[in-house]
Amino acid sequence: MENASIFVILVSSILVNNFVLSRFLGVCPFLGVSKQVDTSIGMGMAVTFVMTLAGVITYMVQYFILVPLHLEYLQIVAFILVIASLVQFVEIVLQKISPTLYQALGVFLPLITTNCAVLGLAILNIDDNLNLVQTIFRSMGGAIGFALAIVLFAGIREKIELSDVPKPFKGFPIALVTASLMSIAFLGFQGLV
Amino acid sequence: MDVKNILSAGLSLASMGLVFGAGLAFASQKFAVKKDPKVEAVYNVLPSANCGGCGYAGCMQFAEAVVRGDAKPNGCPVGGDPVAEKIGDALGVTVEENEKMVARVLCKGDKDHCAIKYEYSGLESCISANMLESGPKACSYGCMGKGDCVSVCQFDAIHINEKGVAEVDYEKCTACGACIEICPKDLIELVPASQHVVVDCKNEEKGGFVKKNCDVACIACGICERSCPFDAIHVVNNIASIDYEKCTQCMICYEKCPTNAISADETKKMVAFIEEENCIGCSLCKKRCPVDAIEGEIKGKHKIDPEKCIGCGECIEACPKDTIIMKNI
Repeated sequence: MENASIFVILVSSILVNNFVLSRFLGVCPFLGVSKQVDTSIGMGMAVTFVMTLAGVITYMVQYFILVPLHLEYLQIVAFILVIASLVQFVEIVLQKISPTLYQALGVFLPLITTNCAVLGLAILNIDDNLNLVQTIFRSMGGAIGFALAIVLFAGIREKIELSDVPKPFKGFPIALVTASLMSIAFLGFQGLV
Repeated sequence: MDVKNILSAGLSLASMGLVFGAGLAFASQKFAVKKDPKVEAVYNVLPSANCGGCGYAGCMQFAEAVVRGDAKPNGCPVGGDPVAEKIGDALGVTVEENEKMVARVLCKGDKDHCAIKYEYSGLESCISANMLESGPKACSYGCMGKGDCVSVCQFDAIHINEKGVAEVDYEKCTACGACIEICPKDLIELVPASQHVVVDCKNEEKGGFVKKNCDVACIACGICERSCPFDAIHVVNNIASIDYEKCTQCMICYEKCPTNAISADETKKMVAFIEEENCIGCSLCKKRCPVDAIEGEIKGKHKIDPEKCIGCGECIEACPKDTIIMKNI
Protein backbone atom coordinates (compact mmCIF):
# COMPACT_ATOMS: atom_id res chain seq x y z
CA MET A 1 0.00 0.00 0.00
CA GLU A 2 2.94 2.31 0.69
CA ASN A 3 3.77 3.11 -2.89
CA ALA A 4 0.37 2.48 -4.40
CA SER A 5 -0.55 5.03 -7.02
CA ILE A 6 -3.43 7.42 -6.48
CA PHE A 7 -5.46 5.77 -9.20
CA VAL A 8 -5.17 2.38 -7.58
CA ILE A 9 -6.18 3.86 -4.22
CA LEU A 10 -9.25 5.48 -5.75
CA VAL A 11 -10.39 2.34 -7.58
CA SER A 12 -9.72 0.22 -4.55
CA SER A 13 -11.64 2.41 -2.13
CA ILE A 14 -14.56 3.19 -4.43
CA LEU A 15 -15.20 -0.23 -5.92
CA VAL A 16 -13.14 -3.07 -4.50
CA ASN A 17 -13.16 -2.22 -0.81
CA ASN A 18 -16.40 -0.26 -0.89
CA PHE A 19 -17.08 0.79 2.68
CA VAL A 20 -20.72 -0.20 2.73
CA LEU A 21 -20.84 -3.18 0.43
CA SER A 22 -17.65 -5.03 1.22
CA ARG A 23 -16.53 -3.70 4.61
CA PHE A 24 -20.11 -3.35 5.93
CA LEU A 25 -19.44 -0.04 7.64
CA GLY A 26 -22.05 2.73 7.78
CA VAL A 27 -24.98 0.44 7.08
CA CYS A 28 -27.39 2.45 9.25
CA PRO A 29 -27.58 5.56 7.05
CA PHE A 30 -27.25 3.32 4.01
CA LEU A 31 -30.59 1.70 4.86
CA GLY A 32 -32.13 4.71 6.56
CA VAL A 33 -31.74 7.49 4.01
CA SER A 34 -32.08 5.45 0.84
CA LYS A 35 -35.80 5.72 0.19
CA GLN A 36 -35.48 8.54 -2.33
CA VAL A 37 -32.69 9.28 -4.76
CA ASP A 38 -32.80 13.00 -3.94
CA THR A 39 -32.20 12.63 -0.23
CA SER A 40 -29.65 9.89 -0.80
CA ILE A 41 -27.64 12.21 -3.05
CA GLY A 42 -27.77 14.81 -0.27
CA MET A 43 -26.68 12.27 2.30
CA GLY A 44 -23.93 11.06 -0.01
CA MET A 45 -22.66 14.59 -0.42
CA ALA A 46 -22.78 15.33 3.30
CA VAL A 47 -20.92 12.11 4.08
CA THR A 48 -18.39 12.80 1.31
CA PHE A 49 -17.66 16.20 2.77
CA VAL A 50 -17.39 14.97 6.34
CA MET A 51 -15.35 11.90 5.44
CA THR A 52 -12.80 13.74 3.32
CA LEU A 53 -12.26 16.45 5.90
CA ALA A 54 -12.27 13.94 8.75
CA GLY A 55 -9.65 11.84 6.96
CA VAL A 56 -7.30 14.81 6.57
CA ILE A 57 -7.82 16.25 10.05
CA THR A 58 -7.50 12.91 11.80
CA TYR A 59 -4.26 12.36 9.87
CA MET A 60 -2.94 15.63 11.23
CA VAL A 61 -4.17 14.91 14.72
CA GLN A 62 -2.49 11.50 14.60
CA TYR A 63 0.91 12.63 13.33
CA PHE A 64 1.17 16.12 14.84
CA ILE A 65 -0.44 15.57 18.23
CA LEU A 66 -0.86 11.92 19.19
CA VAL A 67 2.39 10.40 17.89
CA PRO A 68 4.80 13.09 19.20
CA LEU A 69 3.12 12.93 22.61
CA HIS A 70 2.99 9.08 22.56
CA LEU A 71 -0.77 9.15 22.95
CA GLU A 72 -1.70 6.66 20.21
CA TYR A 73 -3.99 4.88 22.64
CA LEU A 74 -6.26 7.95 22.62
CA GLN A 75 -6.81 7.53 18.89
CA ILE A 76 -10.50 6.58 19.03
CA VAL A 77 -11.45 9.26 21.54
CA ALA A 78 -9.60 11.97 19.68
CA PHE A 79 -11.01 10.91 16.31
CA ILE A 80 -14.58 10.86 17.58
CA LEU A 81 -14.02 14.36 18.92
CA VAL A 82 -12.88 15.47 15.48
CA ILE A 83 -15.77 13.79 13.69
CA ALA A 84 -18.42 15.07 16.09
CA SER A 85 -17.22 18.67 15.75
CA LEU A 86 -17.06 18.30 11.98
CA VAL A 87 -20.61 17.03 11.77
CA GLN A 88 -21.81 19.89 13.93
CA PHE A 89 -19.96 22.26 11.64
CA VAL A 90 -21.52 20.74 8.52
CA GLU A 91 -24.94 20.96 10.14
CA ILE A 92 -24.55 24.65 10.92
CA VAL A 93 -23.26 25.44 7.46
CA LEU A 94 -25.91 23.36 5.68
CA GLN A 95 -28.70 25.03 7.58
CA LYS A 96 -27.49 28.37 6.31
CA ILE A 97 -26.60 27.41 2.76
CA SER A 98 -29.21 24.82 1.84
CA PRO A 99 -32.24 24.63 4.16
CA THR A 100 -33.96 22.21 1.77
CA LEU A 101 -31.13 19.70 1.96
CA TYR A 102 -30.95 20.25 5.71
CA GLN A 103 -34.63 19.40 6.02
CA ALA A 104 -34.43 16.43 3.72
CA LEU A 105 -31.61 14.89 5.78
CA GLY A 106 -33.51 15.45 9.02
CA VAL A 107 -32.19 13.46 11.94
CA PHE A 108 -29.73 11.54 9.77
CA LEU A 109 -27.30 14.41 9.60
CA PRO A 110 -26.45 14.28 13.31
CA LEU A 111 -26.31 10.52 12.87
CA ILE A 112 -23.19 10.85 10.70
CA THR A 113 -21.47 11.49 14.02
CA THR A 114 -21.97 7.89 14.95
CA ASN A 115 -21.46 6.65 11.41
CA CYS A 116 -18.85 3.95 11.78
CA ALA A 117 -17.76 4.39 8.16
CA VAL A 118 -16.23 7.77 9.05
CA LEU A 119 -14.40 6.53 12.13
CA GLY A 120 -13.50 3.28 10.36
CA LEU A 121 -11.98 5.19 7.47
CA ALA A 122 -9.91 7.39 9.78
CA ILE A 123 -8.54 4.41 11.67
CA LEU A 124 -7.92 2.33 8.54
CA ASN A 125 -5.98 5.24 7.03
CA ILE A 126 -3.63 5.23 9.99
CA ASP A 127 -3.38 1.43 10.10
CA ASP A 128 -2.36 1.29 6.44
CA ASN A 129 0.47 3.81 6.98
CA LEU A 130 -0.68 6.12 4.21
CA ASN A 131 0.98 9.47 3.61
CA LEU A 132 -1.01 12.72 3.46
CA VAL A 133 -1.75 12.67 -0.29
CA GLN A 134 -2.75 9.04 -0.17
CA THR A 135 -4.95 9.76 2.86
CA ILE A 136 -6.76 12.52 1.00
CA PHE A 137 -7.52 10.28 -1.95
CA ARG A 138 -8.37 7.27 0.19
CA SER A 139 -10.85 9.40 2.16
CA MET A 140 -12.35 10.85 -0.97
CA GLY A 141 -12.53 7.43 -2.58
CA GLY A 142 -14.16 5.85 0.44
CA ALA A 143 -16.69 8.66 0.64
CA ILE A 144 -17.47 8.52 -3.08
CA GLY A 145 -17.87 4.77 -2.71
CA PHE A 146 -20.39 5.34 0.05
CA ALA A 147 -22.24 7.94 -2.01
CA LEU A 148 -22.23 5.65 -5.05
CA ALA A 149 -23.58 2.73 -3.06
CA ILE A 150 -26.33 4.72 -1.38
CA VAL A 151 -27.47 6.42 -4.61
CA LEU A 152 -27.54 3.14 -6.54
CA PHE A 153 -29.41 1.52 -3.70
CA ALA A 154 -31.93 4.35 -3.50
CA GLY A 155 -32.54 4.04 -7.24
CA ILE A 156 -33.25 0.34 -6.88
CA ARG A 157 -35.49 0.92 -3.88
CA GLU A 158 -37.52 3.48 -5.81
CA LYS A 159 -38.12 0.85 -8.49
CA ILE A 160 -38.99 -1.79 -5.88
CA GLU A 161 -41.57 0.57 -4.43
CA LEU A 162 -43.52 0.26 -7.68
CA SER A 163 -43.22 -3.48 -8.13
CA ASP A 164 -45.37 -6.22 -6.70
CA VAL A 165 -43.39 -7.55 -3.76
CA PRO A 166 -44.85 -10.49 -1.77
CA LYS A 167 -46.40 -9.21 1.42
CA PRO A 168 -43.94 -10.70 3.94
CA PHE A 169 -41.06 -9.10 2.03
CA LYS A 170 -42.54 -5.63 1.73
CA GLY A 171 -40.54 -2.71 3.09
CA PHE A 172 -37.41 -3.50 5.03
CA PRO A 173 -36.90 -7.21 4.25
CA ILE A 174 -36.73 -6.66 0.50
CA ALA A 175 -34.36 -3.72 1.08
CA LEU A 176 -32.02 -5.99 3.04
CA VAL A 177 -32.19 -8.67 0.34
CA THR A 178 -31.40 -6.02 -2.27
CA ALA A 179 -28.48 -4.74 -0.23
CA SER A 180 -27.03 -8.23 0.06
CA LEU A 181 -27.39 -8.82 -3.69
CA MET A 182 -25.62 -5.52 -4.35
CA SER A 183 -22.90 -6.61 -2.00
CA ILE A 184 -22.47 -9.85 -3.93
CA ALA A 185 -22.37 -7.87 -7.17
CA PHE A 186 -19.59 -5.68 -5.79
CA LEU A 187 -17.69 -8.84 -4.96
CA GLY A 188 -17.10 -9.03 -8.71
CA PHE A 189 -14.66 -6.11 -8.48
CA GLN A 190 -12.43 -8.14 -6.16
CA GLY A 191 -9.87 -9.01 -8.83
CA LEU A 192 -9.41 -5.44 -10.09
CA VAL A 193 -6.60 -4.36 -7.80
CA MET B 1 6.34 9.95 34.63
CA ASP B 2 2.80 8.79 35.30
CA VAL B 3 1.60 12.26 36.18
CA LYS B 4 3.25 13.59 33.06
CA ASN B 5 1.43 11.03 30.93
CA ILE B 6 -1.92 11.88 32.42
CA LEU B 7 -1.24 15.59 32.07
CA SER B 8 -0.17 15.37 28.44
CA ALA B 9 -3.19 13.19 27.56
CA GLY B 10 -5.65 15.41 29.38
CA LEU B 11 -4.18 18.66 28.17
CA SER B 12 -3.93 17.61 24.54
CA LEU B 13 -7.53 16.39 24.43
CA ALA B 14 -8.75 19.44 26.31
CA SER B 15 -6.96 21.81 23.98
CA MET B 16 -8.30 19.96 20.94
CA GLY B 17 -11.78 20.25 22.39
CA LEU B 18 -11.22 23.91 23.05
CA VAL B 19 -10.06 24.59 19.50
CA PHE B 20 -12.99 22.70 17.94
CA GLY B 21 -15.44 24.29 20.36
CA ALA B 22 -14.18 27.76 19.51
CA GLY B 23 -14.43 26.92 15.80
CA LEU B 24 -18.02 25.75 16.24
CA ALA B 25 -18.94 28.81 18.27
CA PHE B 26 -17.48 31.01 15.55
CA ALA B 27 -19.33 29.05 12.85
CA SER B 28 -22.64 29.27 14.64
CA GLN B 29 -22.21 33.05 14.88
CA LYS B 30 -21.09 33.42 11.31
CA PHE B 31 -23.72 31.13 9.82
CA ALA B 32 -26.52 31.97 12.25
CA VAL B 33 -29.95 31.46 10.73
CA LYS B 34 -32.76 33.61 11.98
CA LYS B 35 -35.44 31.28 13.22
CA ASP B 36 -39.08 31.93 13.83
CA PRO B 37 -39.41 32.02 17.63
CA LYS B 38 -42.75 30.27 17.21
CA VAL B 39 -40.97 27.18 15.89
CA GLU B 40 -38.91 27.05 19.04
CA ALA B 41 -42.03 27.50 21.18
CA VAL B 42 -43.85 24.66 19.41
CA TYR B 43 -40.77 22.43 19.49
CA ASN B 44 -40.45 22.87 23.23
CA VAL B 45 -43.90 21.45 23.96
CA LEU B 46 -43.50 18.45 21.66
CA PRO B 47 -42.56 15.09 23.18
CA SER B 48 -39.17 15.03 21.35
CA ALA B 49 -39.65 11.37 20.52
CA ASN B 50 -38.59 12.01 16.90
CA CYS B 51 -40.73 8.99 16.03
CA GLY B 52 -41.96 10.29 12.70
CA GLY B 53 -45.56 9.31 13.53
CA CYS B 54 -46.72 12.70 12.26
CA GLY B 55 -45.26 12.05 8.83
CA TYR B 56 -42.31 14.42 9.25
CA ALA B 57 -38.67 13.46 9.81
CA GLY B 58 -38.61 14.61 13.41
CA CYS B 59 -40.18 16.88 15.98
CA MET B 60 -38.34 19.95 14.69
CA GLN B 61 -39.64 19.42 11.17
CA PHE B 62 -43.15 18.96 12.49
CA ALA B 63 -42.87 22.18 14.51
CA GLU B 64 -41.75 24.03 11.39
CA ALA B 65 -44.63 22.57 9.39
CA VAL B 66 -47.13 23.61 12.04
CA VAL B 67 -45.82 27.17 12.05
CA ARG B 68 -45.84 27.26 8.23
CA GLY B 69 -49.42 26.03 8.33
CA ASP B 70 -48.77 22.75 6.51
CA ALA B 71 -49.50 20.57 9.51
CA LYS B 72 -52.34 20.77 11.96
CA PRO B 73 -51.54 21.53 15.62
CA ASN B 74 -53.25 18.28 16.58
CA GLY B 75 -51.05 16.25 14.23
CA CYS B 76 -48.80 14.74 16.91
CA PRO B 77 -50.11 11.24 17.62
CA VAL B 78 -47.83 10.73 20.62
CA GLY B 79 -48.76 13.91 22.48
CA GLY B 80 -52.46 13.70 21.66
CA ASP B 81 -54.86 16.35 22.83
CA PRO B 82 -52.79 17.77 25.74
CA VAL B 83 -49.90 18.58 23.41
CA ALA B 84 -52.26 19.92 20.76
CA GLU B 85 -53.63 22.30 23.35
CA LYS B 86 -50.16 23.48 24.34
CA ILE B 87 -49.27 24.05 20.69
CA GLY B 88 -52.48 26.02 20.35
CA ASP B 89 -51.45 28.15 23.32
CA ALA B 90 -48.00 28.70 21.84
CA LEU B 91 -49.45 29.81 18.53
CA GLY B 92 -52.40 31.65 20.01
CA VAL B 93 -55.02 29.63 18.16
CA THR B 94 -57.76 27.38 19.43
CA VAL B 95 -57.37 23.76 18.50
CA GLU B 96 -60.38 21.72 17.64
CA GLU B 97 -60.32 18.41 19.42
CA ASN B 98 -60.09 15.40 17.20
CA GLU B 99 -63.35 13.57 17.24
CA LYS B 100 -62.85 10.08 18.59
CA MET B 101 -63.26 7.49 15.87
CA VAL B 102 -63.91 3.80 16.24
CA ALA B 103 -63.69 0.91 13.81
CA ARG B 104 -67.00 -0.61 12.83
CA VAL B 105 -67.75 -3.87 11.05
CA LEU B 106 -70.27 -3.03 8.36
CA CYS B 107 -72.08 -6.35 8.21
CA LYS B 108 -75.11 -7.64 10.10
CA GLY B 109 -75.42 -10.79 8.01
CA ASP B 110 -74.92 -13.34 10.79
CA LYS B 111 -76.04 -16.94 10.46
CA ASP B 112 -79.69 -16.06 11.19
CA HIS B 113 -79.83 -13.68 8.27
CA CYS B 114 -77.34 -14.67 5.62
CA ALA B 115 -77.39 -17.98 3.76
CA ILE B 116 -74.37 -20.29 3.51
CA LYS B 117 -72.96 -21.19 0.11
CA TYR B 118 -70.90 -24.18 1.18
CA GLU B 119 -69.38 -25.76 4.29
CA TYR B 120 -65.85 -24.43 4.75
CA SER B 121 -63.41 -26.60 6.63
CA GLY B 122 -60.04 -25.15 5.72
CA LEU B 123 -57.59 -22.96 7.58
CA GLU B 124 -59.29 -20.67 10.09
CA SER B 125 -58.36 -17.50 8.29
CA CYS B 126 -60.47 -15.00 6.39
CA ILE B 127 -57.80 -14.57 3.74
CA SER B 128 -57.69 -18.25 2.82
CA ALA B 129 -61.48 -18.62 3.10
CA ASN B 130 -61.85 -15.65 0.79
CA MET B 131 -59.78 -17.42 -1.86
CA LEU B 132 -62.35 -20.22 -2.21
CA GLU B 133 -65.19 -18.69 -4.20
CA SER B 134 -65.09 -15.48 -2.12
CA GLY B 135 -65.77 -17.37 1.08
CA PRO B 136 -68.49 -19.71 2.39
CA LYS B 137 -71.13 -16.98 2.80
CA ALA B 138 -73.81 -16.60 0.14
CA CYS B 139 -73.15 -12.86 0.17
CA SER B 140 -69.67 -12.30 -1.18
CA TYR B 141 -69.45 -8.97 0.69
CA GLY B 142 -70.28 -10.37 4.11
CA CYS B 143 -68.17 -11.01 7.19
CA MET B 144 -66.92 -14.61 7.19
CA GLY B 145 -66.09 -14.54 10.88
CA LYS B 146 -62.79 -16.41 10.66
CA GLY B 147 -61.20 -13.88 12.95
CA ASP B 148 -58.25 -12.34 11.11
CA CYS B 149 -59.24 -9.00 12.62
CA VAL B 150 -59.41 -10.55 16.10
CA SER B 151 -55.85 -11.86 15.93
CA VAL B 152 -54.46 -8.60 14.58
CA CYS B 153 -56.09 -6.39 17.23
CA GLN B 154 -53.61 -5.38 19.93
CA PHE B 155 -56.30 -4.00 22.20
CA ASP B 156 -58.64 -6.99 22.47
CA ALA B 157 -61.32 -4.75 21.01
CA ILE B 158 -62.77 -6.94 18.26
CA HIS B 159 -64.40 -10.36 18.62
CA ILE B 160 -66.49 -12.78 16.62
CA ASN B 161 -69.92 -12.86 18.23
CA GLU B 162 -71.87 -16.06 18.79
CA LYS B 163 -73.62 -15.61 15.46
CA GLY B 164 -70.39 -15.63 13.49
CA VAL B 165 -69.84 -11.96 12.65
CA ALA B 166 -67.08 -9.72 13.94
CA GLU B 167 -68.08 -7.04 16.39
CA VAL B 168 -66.05 -4.15 17.81
CA ASP B 169 -65.95 -3.22 21.47
CA TYR B 170 -66.18 0.54 21.00
CA GLU B 171 -64.90 1.24 24.51
CA LYS B 172 -61.60 -0.50 23.83
CA CYS B 173 -61.14 0.47 20.16
CA THR B 174 -58.38 3.00 19.53
CA ALA B 175 -58.98 3.38 15.79
CA CYS B 176 -55.46 2.16 15.03
CA GLY B 177 -56.66 0.70 11.72
CA ALA B 178 -55.01 -2.73 12.00
CA CYS B 179 -58.29 -4.60 11.44
CA ILE B 180 -59.20 -2.33 8.52
CA GLU B 181 -55.91 -3.25 6.90
CA ILE B 182 -56.27 -7.01 7.32
CA CYS B 183 -59.94 -7.51 6.39
CA PRO B 184 -59.99 -9.12 2.93
CA LYS B 185 -63.59 -7.97 2.41
CA ASP B 186 -62.79 -4.35 3.24
CA LEU B 187 -65.72 -4.44 5.65
CA ILE B 188 -64.34 -2.40 8.52
CA GLU B 189 -64.45 1.37 8.48
CA LEU B 190 -63.70 4.20 10.88
CA VAL B 191 -66.87 5.87 12.12
CA PRO B 192 -67.17 8.73 14.63
CA ALA B 193 -67.73 7.22 18.07
CA SER B 194 -70.86 9.31 18.63
CA GLN B 195 -72.42 8.13 15.36
CA HIS B 196 -74.88 5.33 16.06
CA VAL B 197 -76.93 5.58 12.85
CA VAL B 198 -74.85 3.58 10.39
CA VAL B 199 -75.54 1.56 7.25
CA ASP B 200 -74.22 -1.84 8.29
CA CYS B 201 -73.82 -3.29 4.81
CA LYS B 202 -71.30 -3.04 2.01
CA ASN B 203 -73.04 -5.11 -0.68
CA GLU B 204 -72.90 -3.35 -4.02
CA GLU B 205 -74.97 -5.89 -5.96
CA LYS B 206 -78.47 -5.27 -7.35
CA GLY B 207 -81.35 -5.40 -4.89
CA GLY B 208 -83.16 -8.55 -6.01
CA PHE B 209 -79.96 -10.56 -6.11
CA VAL B 210 -78.88 -9.33 -2.69
CA LYS B 211 -82.19 -10.18 -1.11
CA LYS B 212 -81.92 -13.85 -2.08
CA ASN B 213 -78.73 -14.19 -0.04
CA CYS B 214 -79.24 -12.00 2.98
CA ASP B 215 -82.32 -10.44 4.52
CA VAL B 216 -80.57 -7.60 6.37
CA ALA B 217 -78.65 -6.27 3.38
CA CYS B 218 -79.05 -2.90 1.71
CA ILE B 219 -81.12 -3.43 -1.43
CA ALA B 220 -80.54 0.11 -2.68
CA CYS B 221 -84.29 0.87 -2.71
CA GLY B 222 -83.60 4.54 -2.00
CA ILE B 223 -86.32 4.97 0.63
CA CYS B 224 -83.77 6.34 3.08
CA GLU B 225 -82.50 8.80 0.49
CA ARG B 226 -86.02 10.09 -0.13
CA SER B 227 -87.04 10.27 3.50
CA CYS B 228 -83.92 11.97 4.86
CA PRO B 229 -84.78 15.58 5.71
CA PHE B 230 -81.12 16.61 5.67
CA ASP B 231 -79.87 15.18 2.38
CA ALA B 232 -77.40 13.17 4.43
CA ILE B 233 -77.89 9.70 2.97
CA HIS B 234 -77.38 8.71 -0.63
CA VAL B 235 -77.44 5.49 -2.58
CA VAL B 236 -74.18 5.21 -4.49
CA ASN B 237 -73.16 2.01 -6.30
CA ASN B 238 -76.23 0.20 -5.00
CA ILE B 239 -75.35 0.91 -1.39
CA ALA B 240 -76.65 3.60 0.93
CA SER B 241 -73.98 5.74 2.53
CA ILE B 242 -74.39 8.35 5.22
CA ASP B 243 -72.59 11.67 5.20
CA TYR B 244 -71.70 11.87 8.89
CA GLU B 245 -71.13 15.61 8.64
CA LYS B 246 -74.74 16.23 7.65
CA CYS B 247 -76.44 13.43 9.60
CA THR B 248 -78.29 14.57 12.73
CA GLN B 249 -79.07 10.99 13.79
CA CYS B 250 -82.82 11.60 13.61
CA MET B 251 -83.24 7.89 12.81
CA ILE B 252 -85.86 8.38 10.10
CA CYS B 253 -83.82 6.27 7.70
CA TYR B 254 -83.46 3.62 10.38
CA GLU B 255 -87.23 3.50 10.86
CA LYS B 256 -88.02 3.50 7.15
CA CYS B 257 -85.43 0.95 6.01
CA PRO B 258 -87.37 -2.12 4.78
CA THR B 259 -84.54 -4.58 5.36
CA ASN B 260 -83.15 -3.20 8.60
CA ALA B 261 -79.75 -2.66 7.01
CA ILE B 262 -79.39 0.63 8.86
CA SER B 263 -78.55 0.32 12.54
CA ALA B 264 -79.26 2.83 15.25
CA ASP B 265 -79.31 2.94 19.02
CA GLU B 266 -82.96 3.37 19.99
CA THR B 267 -82.10 4.35 23.54
CA LYS B 268 -80.60 7.52 22.10
CA LYS B 269 -83.85 8.59 20.44
CA MET B 270 -84.50 12.17 21.49
CA VAL B 271 -87.35 14.66 21.08
CA ALA B 272 -87.19 18.40 21.42
CA PHE B 273 -89.22 20.19 24.09
CA ILE B 274 -90.00 23.91 24.42
CA GLU B 275 -89.95 25.42 27.89
CA GLU B 276 -93.00 27.59 27.48
CA GLU B 277 -92.29 30.37 29.96
CA ASN B 278 -89.32 31.57 27.90
CA CYS B 279 -90.92 31.18 24.45
CA ILE B 280 -91.45 34.58 22.81
CA GLY B 281 -93.40 33.22 19.89
CA CYS B 282 -90.92 34.23 17.21
CA SER B 283 -91.82 31.17 15.17
CA LEU B 284 -88.23 30.69 13.96
CA CYS B 285 -88.25 27.09 15.14
CA LYS B 286 -91.47 26.39 13.28
CA LYS B 287 -89.99 27.65 10.03
CA ARG B 288 -86.85 25.56 10.50
CA CYS B 289 -88.51 22.27 11.48
CA PRO B 290 -88.14 19.75 8.63
CA VAL B 291 -91.14 17.65 9.68
CA ASP B 292 -93.67 20.32 10.73
CA ALA B 293 -93.78 19.08 14.30
CA ILE B 294 -94.04 22.53 15.85
CA GLU B 295 -97.38 24.22 16.33
CA GLY B 296 -98.24 27.69 17.53
CA GLU B 297 -99.24 31.18 16.39
CA ILE B 298 -96.73 34.00 15.99
CA LYS B 299 -96.37 35.79 19.35
CA GLY B 300 -98.08 32.81 21.00
CA LYS B 301 -96.49 29.94 22.85
CA HIS B 302 -95.20 27.16 20.63
CA LYS B 303 -95.44 23.44 21.20
CA ILE B 304 -93.67 20.45 19.77
CA ASP B 305 -95.63 17.35 18.88
CA PRO B 306 -93.53 14.52 20.32
CA GLU B 307 -95.14 12.07 17.90
CA LYS B 308 -93.86 13.98 14.89
CA CYS B 309 -90.56 15.23 16.29
CA ILE B 310 -87.54 13.34 15.01
CA GLY B 311 -85.04 14.86 17.41
CA CYS B 312 -82.81 16.36 14.76
CA GLY B 313 -81.96 19.43 16.82
CA GLU B 314 -82.54 21.99 14.08
CA CYS B 315 -85.00 23.99 16.22
CA ILE B 316 -82.45 24.25 19.03
CA GLU B 317 -80.08 26.00 16.68
CA ALA B 318 -82.84 28.27 15.40
CA CYS B 319 -84.17 29.34 18.80
CA PRO B 320 -82.83 32.80 19.81
CA LYS B 321 -83.83 32.36 23.46
CA ASP B 322 -82.22 28.94 23.96
CA THR B 323 -85.42 27.63 25.38
CA ILE B 324 -85.60 24.34 23.52
CA ILE B 325 -84.03 21.28 25.11
CA MET B 326 -83.64 17.67 24.08
CA LYS B 327 -85.31 15.00 26.13
CA ASN B 328 -84.82 11.29 26.08
CA ILE B 329 -87.91 9.18 25.55
